[in-house]
Amino acid sequence: MEFDRELDARGLNCPLPILRCKKALAELNPGQVLKIVATDPGSVKDFPAFCKQTGNELLSFSEADGEYVYFMRKRA
Amino acid sequence: MSKKLAIIASKGTLDWAYPPFILASTAAALDYEVQVFFTFYGLTLLKKDLGGLRVSPLGNPAMPMPVPMPNLVQLAPGMESMATAMMKQKIKDKGVASIGELRDLCLEAGVKLIACQMTVDLFDFKQEDFIVGIEFGGAATFFEFAGDADISLFI
Repeated sequence: MEFDRELDARGLNCPLPILRCKKALAELNPGQVLKIVATDPGSVKDFPAFCKQTGNELLSFSEADGEYVYFMRKRA
Repeated sequence: MSKKLAIIASKGTLDWAYPPFILASTAAALDYEVQVFFTFYGLTLLKKDLGGLRVSPLGNPAMPMPVPMPNLVQLAPGMESMATAMMKQKIKDKGVASIGELRDLCLEAGVKLIACQMTVDLFDFKQEDFIVGIEFGGAATFFEFAGDADISLFI
């Protein structure tokens, strides 16, 4: 999937992945896509919850080798 | 209109420093308007120097310890320093933010931090002991915001 910016949140624990994500989104234009790579297992529930509450769109989620990869589209 | 979160932070140990700052920074990331009112021992969390934040196994039977430790042993000199050093190391190893980092993130995100003026007077704290960017106020100041907050927490 194409993306405009990547956020490396590996090794960070709650709530840092969400806070860094919020910061990264602030630097994107509406509609642009942020890729996030995290290792915090809590992020699996937290990113969907973040999106649901902020109106940003979670385009995809996948897991491989203990890493969680998210693609998020910034809200219009 | 954004939701509002009001928190009273009343505790000043390293472990109890986390909940108010984690919740406040996360709520801000979720577009909440957030105010945290620091009172009594919670005021320690607004000091420039956070080096005084400590954790003690004494009176805290739920604290995970590498080896079982009788209360009498916990009374020994240096035990609190050891527990604090161990906790700080763990925090670092696990990628958990430091309190200073979370506090900075709160300020950056526009969380309003309010120091209880009465406690400042009570403990003879000086305004210059505290970080810049905070406000000083009393109970009525808290209620002005909390009165129509969606969530209010006492920590």
